[in-house]
Amino acid sequence: MMWNTLLLAIREIRRNVLRSLLTMLGIIIGVAAVIVMVTLGGGATAQVREQIASLGSNLLMVTPGQRMGPGTESAAAPFDLDDAVAIAAAIPNVAAVAPADSSAVTAVFGHKNWSTQATGTTNPYFQVRNWKLHTGREFADTELRAGKAVCVIGETVRKELFDTTDPIGNKIRLGKISCQVVGLLAAKGQSTMGQDQDDIIVLPLRTLQRRITGNRDVKLIQVSVRDSASTEKAKEDIIELMRKRRRVSTLEDDDFQVMDMKEIAKMLTSTTQTLTALLSAVAAVSLLVGGVGIMNIMLVSVTERTREIGIRLAIGALEREVLMQFLVEAVVLSSLGGLIGILTAIAGSVTLTRILNIPFVFNGGIMFVAFLFSAAVGIIFGYFPARRAASLDPIDALRHE
Amino acid sequence: MKTPSSPTAAPPPLIELQGVVKTYGQGQASMQALRGIDLRIERGDFVAVMGPSGSGKSTCMNILGCLDTPTSGCYLFEGVEVGALPRNRRALLRRHYLGFVFQGFNLLNRTSALENVELPLVYRGMPAQQRHARAMRALETVGLGGWAGHTPSELSGGQQQRVAIARAIVTDPKVLLADEPTGNLDSARGIEIMELLTALNRDKGITIVMVTHEPDMADFASRTIRFRDGLAQSNGRNV
Repeated sequence: MMWNTLLLAIREIRRNVLRSLLTMLGIIIGVAAVIVMVTLGGGATAQVREQIASLGSNLLMVTPGQRMGPGTESAAAPFDLDDAVAIAAAIPNVAAVAPADSSAVTAVFGHKNWSTQATGTTNPYFQVRNWKLHTGREFADTELRAGKAVCVIGETVRKELFDTTDPIGNKIRLGKISCQVVGLLAAKGQSTMGQDQDDIIVLPLRTLQRRITGNRDVKLIQVSVRDSASTEKAKEDIIELMRKRRRVSTLEDDDFQVMDMKEIAKMLTSTTQTLTALLSAVAAVSLLVGGVGIMNIMLVSVTERTREIGIRLAIGALEREVLMQFLVEAVVLSSLGGLIGILTAIAGSVTLTRILNIPFVFNGGIMFVAFLFSAAVGIIFGYFPARRAASLDPIDALRHE
Repeated sequence: MKTPSSPTAAPPPLIELQGVVKTYGQGQASMQALRGIDLRIERGDFVAVMGPSGSGKSTCMNILGCLDTPTSGCYLFEGVEVGALPRNRRALLRRHYLGFVFQGFNLLNRTSALENVELPLVYRGMPAQQRHARAMRALETVGLGGWAGHTPSELSGGQQQRVAIARAIVTDPKVLLADEPTGNLDSARGIEIMELLTALNRDKGITIVMVTHEPDMADFASRTIRFRDGLAQSNGRNV
């Protein structure tokens, strides 16, 4: 009986292909939108994780000030070079320590100029950031100590200023100083936050401090721990050391913070996930709208087929059987819409992830859930029209023209 | 549906109405369509029901067909009271014991003759193969063996009514209820349908109750019941 009902529903749907497709459209769009949103969100999250993993799980970032909540930080005194030296000296298991500060600068070469970021740091910076040089060399010790006017530039800066010229050995002007290019960084591409990481000029820390910012501040100390297992321990040690150096009394909170990559990853992924959930919820609303469309068409169909229902009731169909006939039709309609929606979503996600350049993460779970949801929409919105069909009076229904 | 039969008494008539009253509406606006019908129909009968429109014959047919229930009075089917049964029980009664033929044929559009005839068997839960075989046999009985694949719109009125008759008899019902089966047909086609019904009554022993306006058609029946103002006046054998 169930099989017959199913065949009947499929035949009824095929009888009116255009109408059935239009009816399903709401469900198709809804299911596809939800799945595409979730898939893109999943891809973005995976990308964040991947990029953070490429930085290494053993990286610690020490910044002055305390994060009070999303976006707000309390002001606190910056670090200086000595803090970095102290960390390198006192904390066991530390592989590299890179103090850094940066400033916005305009770089000029010939008749071209380019606004970019100048980061002052030391050689361990390249190790900590896992950043290879494409050509040229790192800074010499003497250059670092004396704050010589030398720099290593990122790929974007090279493209903007030098184009086809070889940058190594040429001098670019940064504000008042003329700076010799000694190295070119390998291209890194966009960061998780959508920043162009290659839009950078790296200088010795002293050079930046003396000739550009005019102070001795260090705003960020990046610490690379020898093995990731001791990251926790190193973090605690750094906190203890910095509290002592910055004379934070036991009653006060830290006026700096030490973040490991796990925390940074958590922070970034939770942002993407919130956004994904929000967009998916909006998409889910269109699924409900699709359900209303199905209800509408099923009601029209019941009215159109009143005489058919009368015939079926007259020859002995039970209320339950007529109810099932229309309910199954609604469910077949909606789950077919769900299936088409899933296929559309797969095609859409693959295309969009390619365009947005994020990895495509196949999520079978959400597809299954979306399918179940579309079937449920059919049951919920098909019940009322089916109920109406089943409760028709056979005599009136047979008279219906 | 069980059929009680005591071995001593004679079997009860197939259909018996006792003082059946049907009232539509309430209070002042109420209208009595049937005002106390007493009626007996024996197995193998071929009864014609005649009467002017509004005389209550359609209401009576609806009650006989378990599509409607009497306001008061008894409807005994093989001695069992069925007038007051709930909706679903009446549906099962129709499914297993009754066949319907309507004036307007009432076939499913865009559905082949064979599938139309199969429909009552589907609701009986019969497997497809057996269903096809029985529906084909019923179509052959009404002389449409070669038209199984045609949809109603491809058939003439007379042929459509034959399909409807095949659908009504495919379940071997105890009673065939026909409501003006020739009303939409010219007299030549009408006579063909009447000959078919007569043959079914004679050869298969199917009891037939048929409403008709035309005395010519009523003459095919073995007796006639006349309705007037909600009352039934029998009859006497025609033959």
